[in-house]
Amino acid sequence: MSAAPGDAPALRFRNLTLGYERHPAVHHLSGEVETGALLAICGPNGAGKSTLLRGIMGQLRPLGGSIERAGVDPRDIAYLPQGAQVDRSFPISVYDMVCMGLWRSAGLFGGIGRKDREKVRAALAAVGLEGFECRPIGTLSGGQMQRTLFARLLLQDARLILLDEPFNALDAKTIADLLDLVRRWHGERRTILAVLHDFDLVRAHFPQTLLLARSPVAWGATAETLAPDNLLKARRMGEAWHDDAPACAA
Amino acid sequence: MFTDIFIAPFVEFEFMQRALVGVFALALGAGPVGAFLMLRRMSLTGDAMAHAILPGAAIGFLVSGLDLFALTIGGLAAGLLVAVGAGVVARATELKEDASLAAFYLISLALGVLILSLKGSNVDLLHVLFGTVLGLDDPTLLLVAGIATLTLVTLAVIWRPLVLECVDPAFLSSVSRAGALAHIAFLAMVVLNLVGGFHALGTLLSVGLMMLPAATARFWVRDLTALVVCATAIAFVSGVVGLLVSYHLGAPSGPAIILVAGVAYLFSVVLGPAGGILARRWPRRHLEA
Repeated sequence: MSAAPGDAPALRFRNLTLGYERHPAVHHLSGEVETGALLAICGPNGAGKSTLLRGIMGQLRPLGGSIERAGVDPRDIAYLPQGAQVDRSFPISVYDMVCMGLWRSAGLFGGIGRKDREKVRAALAAVGLEGFECRPIGTLSGGQMQRTLFARLLLQDARLILLDEPFNALDAKTIADLLDLVRRWHGERRTILAVLHDFDLVRAHFPQTLLLARSPVAWGATAETLAPDNLLKARRMGEAWHDDAPACAA
Repeated sequence: MFTDIFIAPFVEFEFMQRALVGVFALALGAGPVGAFLMLRRMSLTGDAMAHAILPGAAIGFLVSGLDLFALTIGGLAAGLLVAVGAGVVARATELKEDASLAAFYLISLALGVLILSLKGSNVDLLHVLFGTVLGLDDPTLLLVAGIATLTLVTLAVIWRPLVLECVDPAFLSSVSRAGALAHIAFLAMVVLNLVGGFHALGTLLSVGLMMLPAATARFWVRDLTALVVCATAIAFVSGVVGLLVSYHLGAPSGPAIILVAGVAYLFSVVLGPAGGILARRWPRRHLEA
């Protein structure tokens, strides 16, 4: 797939407000994510980063404004939630777990043919999990589990990929391996949004950054977005809700 | 000797043959359903559903006596109402499934007791409570076999979303809307199997043939398919042994079957190779890599 610059943006936020029980978690966000962008989303805890991803997935109804997905069904977005809630005690193998990534093509009854099995094997190889096919997921380490989930993401073959703190609690080697995958997706002009806390990693690998502190603090080239005065501004965000906060007029 | 104990009862008596067919059909449905109930951490849901069915069956009984059709419809209606109601509330609101289920089955139970008290109690109601596996007539056997067939077909259809919803519900909901449908279809299968089971084992014990074999199988195998097959086999063997115990000792058959399954469970808790007490206490020597 080759897409020229000037394509329709992959995502467009129009004065978007997302939140819980009327309290905003993402406040008045406007802007566009270009097709093929590799965007880091940074900000302090409680800044609305995960909420924004959930909003993009359509799991939260906006309190105000809108999200345009350029005609992409949320079910065609590959989404890795924060600390994915996988039931590790379930008796299922790594192979079957990764096969779930074929859902959109195989669905309820579709067979998993030789080509698909090749793909699964290639995905396992890409994340460095050859030989793990028959392992029950309950026996995996945290890093191996995350590699498994990345293999599944690979198979989903989505144009838009959302990663929520994908590198938490992983060792340097695993992070490097998984970053390679992210770069490969970027090379294939997939649009990637990743919530991250490691500024060094973001500066090294992500061309663009959105700095959120409930309200957007800055959005653009990473070096400028993560400038000290922006970071200071983001840190000043008050985390507490105010029960007596007046209705937002903006 | 062997023949006298294990074979002769089934050869000589028709009611034993019918009971044998009955427990086979029950095991076919209850085994897989129980395995998934356990994997979905809904073991107590089965119990709640059994309570929810009781009033429905009792209402059916009050309306037209010990009639297969009335009892079945009553139980089904009450069970499905509670299952679907709880499922809808859990998905449409913030309340979790366990809390909404508890709310619904308590309402159903109270309603049933209230309606019962209007007409006074009856000894025949023991049939509803504890079943008559030794008195299964043709229509009942057909019903139980039909339920087993429907269950196996339905499980085959919803297998993937059902498994996925157990392992990684967030992922399933991100790629498909089949999760809610599979969940409701599965709950319907739970109700159907409990209703089928109550003719043989009674409303309260029918859940035993689901949960005990499933929990037992978990101590022997680690693979999903093996778990389902193993649970079904254990349910059937418990049924057969339970019938024989009941025949030779003159004990009531329903409790005998469930107690045999219970003994198998306790035995497995201690001796099961997959996480049993002995296997944990004295693990085999560790490997090199």
